[in-house]
Amino acid sequence: MKRNWVRAIEGLIVPIALLLFWQAVCSLGFVDPRKLPSPIAVGLRWAAYIAPEAPFDAAKDFAPTWIFSGEFFRDAMGSLWRVIAGFVVGAGLALPFGLAMGASDTMYRYLNPLLQVLRPIPPIAYIPLSILWFGLGNPPAIFLIALGAFFPVLINTIAGVRAVDSIYLRAARNLGASQMTIFRRVILPAATPYILSGVRIGIGTAFIVVIVAEMIAVNNGLGFRILEAREYFWSDKIIAGMFSIGFIGLAIDTLVNRLNAHLLRWHRGLDS
Amino acid sequence: MTPLFVTDAPVNALKAALPAHIEVRGVSKMFRVPGGEVVALKDINLSVGAGEFVCLLGPSGCGKSTLLNAIAGFAPPTAGTITVDGRAVKGPGPDRGMVFQEYALFPWMTVAQNIAFGLEIKGQGRAQINQRVAELLETLKLTDFRDRFPKDLSGGMRQRVAIARVLALDPPVLLMDEPFGALDSLTRRSLQDELLRIWAALGKTIIFVTHSIEESIYLADRIVVMTYRPGTIKADIQVSMAHPRDGAAPEFNALKKQLSGLVMEEQSRHEQAELKALTTD
Repeated sequence: MKRNWVRAIEGLIVPIALLLFWQAVCSLGFVDPRKLPSPIAVGLRWAAYIAPEAPFDAAKDFAPTWIFSGEFFRDAMGSLWRVIAGFVVGAGLALPFGLAMGASDTMYRYLNPLLQVLRPIPPIAYIPLSILWFGLGNPPAIFLIALGAFFPVLINTIAGVRAVDSIYLRAARNLGASQMTIFRRVILPAATPYILSGVRIGIGTAFIVVIVAEMIAVNNGLGFRILEAREYFWSDKIIAGMFSIGFIGLAIDTLVNRLNAHLLRWHRGLDS
Repeated sequence: MTPLFVTDAPVNALKAALPAHIEVRGVSKMFRVPGGEVVALKDINLSVGAGEFVCLLGPSGCGKSTLLNAIAGFAPPTAGTITVDGRAVKGPGPDRGMVFQEYALFPWMTVAQNIAFGLEIKGQGRAQINQRVAELLETLKLTDFRDRFPKDLSGGMRQRVAIARVLALDPPVLLMDEPFGALDSLTRRSLQDELLRIWAALGKTIIFVTHSIEESIYLADRIVVMTYRPGTIKADIQVSMAHPRDGAAPEFNALKKQLSGLVMEEQSRHEQAELKALTTD
C-alpha cells in the first residue's frame, strides 16, 4: 500500500506534463491565443473570476463573506441551487414510483413499456418543450434537471426492489413481520445500494443538464458564464469556467460517494 | 459451561412456551415443471412429539426441505394437513422459528439489531428488548460481536446470530434447514453441541434437515429417512444413545452403517434419475 502523498504526486504527473506542453505550444506562438490561450492566461483569468470584485472595505465588508463575493461563487451557488432543486424534484418523484413499480407486478406491467420509451430521450431533447411550457428562467431549467435525475433514480430503485433476495423476505415473515414492516425494514434497506447508485448517477446527470439549461434559459450560473464569455471572445474565461465545472463536479461526486460509503457501511462490496 | 441465562426472567417466560406437538397428515406436494409435474412429497404422515429432536435425512431432491418449508408455512402442501399443537398451519409464524442454511441475516442490521428484530415486531418495550438481546448474546457467546455487521462475521458466528434471532421470540418449535451445511467440520461440531445444550435447557421441538448421516446420529432422538422422488418416509429410527454421543462407539457405527445403506439406495436412485433425464433430453 503506497502512501497517500505518493499516489497524489503520481496522479499529478500527467496533468502537469500536459500543462507544460500546452504552455510551450502557446509561448512558441504556434497557436492563435484567441483560440487557445496559454495556461497562464487561463490561470490569471480564473483567479480574477474567483476573486472578490471590489477591494476589501473594512467599514462595510465582513471578511468571510467578502472572500466569497466573487463572480465565480455567485455562479457556482446559482448552479448548485438549481442542481439541488431539480434533483430533489426528480428523485423525489422517482423514488415512490420506483418502489411501487419494483414491489408491484401490476404497476410494473402497466408502466414499464412507457418507461422504456421515455427513458432513452435525453433531457436536452425536452428543451424546446420546456421553454414553451415554462418560459425562461429557473422553471424550465429545474424541469430539465429533474428529468435528468428522474430516470436513473427510477430505474435503479425498480431494479433494487426487484433484486431483494427472497430469503430475507422469508426470514422476516417467519419472525412475524407484516407486509408494511417488510417493506419498510427489509425491502427498503435491501434496495439502498441500488437506489444510492441511482442517486449518484442522477446527480451526475443533473450536473450535466444544469450547464446546458443555463446556456439557454437563465442568465447566471456556470453554464451561462461560459456562453457569455464566448460572446465576448474571452476564450481564457471559457476554459476557466470549464475547469470550474470539472472541479465542482468532482467535489459533488466525492461528497455523494462519502455519504454512500457511510450509509452502506454494512455492505460487502463498495465501489468507489 | 456458561449459564444459559443471566436472569430468571426468560426461564420463567419459557415455562409458558412449552414445546409443541406437530402432526403431518397425508401431505403431498406437486411442483409444475416444464413438461410435467414433479411429486416432491407423496402422502407423508409424521407425528413429532413435543420436545422431540427429529432429523429429516436423505439425498438432495428427497423433499426434506419441501416438507420443512410446508411446516414453516412458506409453501402450503398440495394435499393434506399440518397442525402444530392442534392449530392448522396457514402461513409462516414466529411460533416456528426457522434457521436457514444461508443464515438469512439482515446485512444492514448489526448483530444486536438482527436479534431484536422479531421482538420489535412483537411490539415489546425497548428496555425489555435490550435485556433479552443481552441474554441471547451471552447464551450464544456473541456479546463481543453485538455491534458488528454480518459481513464481518464468520459463517459459524452468523449462524449463532441466526439461532439467537429465532430464539428471541421463544418459539416452541425450531425448524432448521441444513443449518450447519456450509460450515467447516470443527465449527459445525461446536454449533451442534451448542444446539444440543440449548435444546436440553429450553426443551424445543426441533425438526432438523440434513444430508449428513453423522450429524443426524449425533443430534437426533429420531431419524426419519426420506426417499428420492416422490418423497416418502423410508425409515423412522429411534436413537436412544445418551448425549454427548461418541462417534467411535460401536452402537454409533452400527447405526451409521444401517443409515448409509438406506440413504445410499436413495442416492443411487437420484443419480439414475439424473442420468435418465440427461439421455432423454
